[in-house]
Amino acid sequence: MIDVVDLRVRFGRVEAVRGISFAVARGASFGIVGESGSGKSTVLRALSGLNDDWTGRMAIDGQALAPRRGRDFFRRVQMVFQDPYGSLHPRQTVDRALSEPLIVHGMGDAEGRILRGLAEVALPPEARFRYPHQLSGGQRQRVAIARALMSEPDVLLLDEPTSALDVSVQAEVLNLLADLQERRGLTYVLVSHNLAVVAHLCGQIGVMQGGELVETLSAEALRAGRTSHPHTTELRRLSTELEEPEGPITL
Amino acid sequence: MLVDIANLRVTFPTPRGPSAAVRGVSISLGAEKLGIVGESGSGKSLTARSILKLLPGNATLAADRLSFDGIDILAANERAMRAIRGKRAGLIMQDPKYSLNPVMTAGGQIAEAWRAHHKGSARQARDAAMDLLAQVQIRDPARVAQAYPHELSGGMGQRVMIAMMLAPDPELLIADEPTSALDATVQAEILRLMEDLVARRGMALILISHDLPLVSHFCDRVAVMYAGRIVEELRAGDLTRATHPYTRGLLDCLPALSHPQPRLKVLVRDAAWSA
Ligand SMILES: Nc1ncnc2c1ncn2[C@@H]1O[C@H](COP(=O)(O)OP(=O)(O)O)[C@@H](O)[C@H]1O
Ligand SMILES: Nc1ncnc2c1ncn2[C@@H]1O[C@H](COP(=O)(O)OP(=O)(O)O)[C@@H](O)[C@H]1O
Ligand SMILES: [Mg+2]
Ligand SMILES: [Mg+2]
Repeated sequence: MIDVVDLRVRFGRVEAVRGISFAVARGASFGIVGESGSGKSTVLRALSGLNDDWTGRMAIDGQALAPRRGRDFFRRVQMVFQDPYGSLHPRQTVDRALSEPLIVHGMGDAEGRILRGLAEVALPPEARFRYPHQLSGGQRQRVAIARALMSEPDVLLLDEPTSALDVSVQAEVLNLLADLQERRGLTYVLVSHNLAVVAHLCGQIGVMQGGELVETLSAEALRAGRTSHPHTTELRRLSTELEEPEGPITL
Repeated sequence: MLVDIANLRVTFPTPRGPSAAVRGVSISLGAEKLGIVGESGSGKSLTARSILKLLPGNATLAADRLSFDGIDILAANERAMRAIRGKRAGLIMQDPKYSLNPVMTAGGQIAEAWRAHHKGSARQARDAAMDLLAQVQIRDPARVAQAYPHELSGGMGQRVMIAMMLAPDPELLIADEPTSALDATVQAEILRLMEDLVARRGMALILISHDLPLVSHFCDRVAVMYAGRIVEELRAGDLTRATHPYTRGLLDCLPALSHPQPRLKVLVRDAAWSA
């Protein structure tokens, strides 16, 4: 469903993404992990069409992507960000936020679609006429996911979608993402600095460091410690030590 | 006892009458490291900020006892509080951007914080600032001292912030989600650094976070807050023996690399927890 070959992205003289390649099958989830500044968000932004200054080859469903994308691309590929507060307009109700993609893509039956959209992310119908500040962080992220789904996309690009949430809300949102994927056959690329989150949702995982994809491995291999790059080994060790409530941390 | 809190209440006025955000919290703290853990809105920040009387203007503070090193905080005036805040007790917040002066170099700010509490020349203050930058493990203190806050990465900004808070040799450090915006590697480095500095200086630390396992690695005790109350207090090493269902729920809903689960457990709330 997604093919990325030798993607490079520069900001002035800095090469933030230095020739990375990966492929994601339809209905599968690919995770990208790495420390902050390693280039994870830059990869998603190039893929989603938010940044058109890149080289290499990218294709979705066999169709090569040009730097500038058509309307159909933006219908089929949607992005969800870490901070739903930043991505929802503060003066727009949930109803407006969900209607907008329907208008842009000329989709009818707004009433039915909005009600089904709210139900699908387990928001109560009353949430429809609320403003973002009247919702909790978890509810706002549900709205952002509902909005991304309005245009009936095939691909969701998720940038740290649970990093700003309480752990109990994180669990609910991760379960929701798993359910939606199963129900709609969605393809995900999930970016996170949290290895356990990525391994929970994704079968294949790419590890980034300094703009390069230093290793791609399965979630099982990561869990079992079958890592080949020292950076992956290091990230895994720290993550495992921190998730155990007892025992030493070695830095 | 450095900090002694008994039956702390923080209330806010609402159209339906006063609403209590902190309801009867008691904490006593010596030169040790206490973690306060709980979901957002549970009252962690208000509890810690009560010690510094740094509460929103519409908040009402009450307690049977609220003291810092024997000083009655409830009775203390603004002038007495200014002698504590930033000098005897420092506050480190999540985003150093809000606490650092954007138009002053990192070194300048640390030197100023140092001079607020020590008598010395500009030259001595500069040397002290360099020394503090080295203590927070900045590899190139001379360069970072010259940098402005916007030129620093998140982890670096947080180190500068810690250096600034340490400058007046405080007895208490309150760190309010100091690393939530940072990735795991930097987060662990910063927490380890605070743990070391606090231990070496014989200071007390209150570390606020929503990540229970993480906090337990860097604290002696952990207080778990829910809906304005401490529902359980544990020695950090006893986390696996937590008995309150909320504490257990917090531990159970985390995805873990070492224990794959097809579906994550979610927290099922019980009205009795907030009764
Ligand atoms: N708009 C931009 N202008 C200049 N540099 C940028 C921009 N966006 C990102 N970068 C740089 O690219 C690198 C990768 O950033 P990013 O993709 O955001 O990392 P991550 O998401 O892994 O934290 C960083 O060094 C960052 O400073
Ligand atoms: N300025 C304010 N006005 C009214 N209520 C407030 C204000 N500040 C905080 N609160 C209430 O106090 C509760 C606890 O806040 P806080 O201590 O900041 O929580 P935490 O730090 O655990 O996320 C919040 O849920 C909120 O309802
Ligand atoms: Mg990013
Ligand atoms: Mg807080």
